[in-house]
Amino acid sequence: MSEKPKHTLNPNNWVGAHSDYLFNYTITRVDNSELAKDIVQETFFSGLKAQHNFRGQASERTWLISILKRKIIDHYRKINSAKGKAEIRVNFYEDGDKKGTWLEERVPKMWDNEAEKNIENDELKSALDSCIKNLPEKYRIVFLMKNVQHYETEEICNELGITASNLWVIIHRARHQLRKCLEDNWFSK
Amino acid sequence: MSNIIFINCDEATAICNKNQYREASFWEKLKLGLHIFICKKCRQFSKQNTILTEVCNKHLHKCEDEHKLTKKQKEVLQTEVVKRVK
Repeated sequence: MSEKPKHTLNPNNWVGAHSDYLFNYTITRVDNSELAKDIVQETFFSGLKAQHNFRGQASERTWLISILKRKIIDHYRKINSAKGKAEIRVNFYEDGDKKGTWLEERVPKMWDNEAEKNIENDELKSALDSCIKNLPEKYRIVFLMKNVQHYETEEICNELGITASNLWVIIHRARHQLRKCLEDNWFSK
Repeated sequence: MSNIIFINCDEATAICNKNQYREASFWEKLKLGLHIFICKKCRQFSKQNTILTEVCNKHLHKCEDEHKLTKKQKEVLQTEVVKRVK
């Protein structure tokens, strides 16, 4: 078996060669530029400490990205454990006899026919944007990864260290909140 | 107790959400279809959920503008990294 030419690490060039790429990668996942900058910095520091583990099989950037992914997962886990695991059901619905049915204030209202047809509207875009901003961070991350970056369910689960059922609970809640927000701010008659 | 064929509104909306990403299974879709047939509220929810998906597809795009660090931030970062290289 012939050995492929090995890649090498050149830490003095990391900032120039990879910082923008890593920063862009991070910001689409954490949505906070200050935090993204810190995570990139931590990635470089960890990379420096772990240089001896670099086997040269992957490119420098791929290797740094794999460290970065761990950092993002760590950050995500921090949020997740701080607010309790997403596995518990949220009380969208009544308990007891009526378990699993609609709560009065959550019943979908009639939407304005005209508004329903007119979805190209720019003001609707800003309403949507502000509704998404109001989502709790961990819901927003997962929702955007699914809807904007079109990740496979499995990729999101791997990247964020959550289970598939966990992911669907998050999507479920995010969409409920989004639906309600747009109903109140846009679609209601 | 969840029934094999008849599901409650909670389960129906969960399947409906999953279905927006075409990831509901055959059985799930069947149960959802049946539930929607008999439940007016979920029928309305389902219709609105489709609109929500259309709105998102229309208006949410992958952020085109590249995010970059400022020159200043890079300088600081470079100094910090080089300090630790030695």
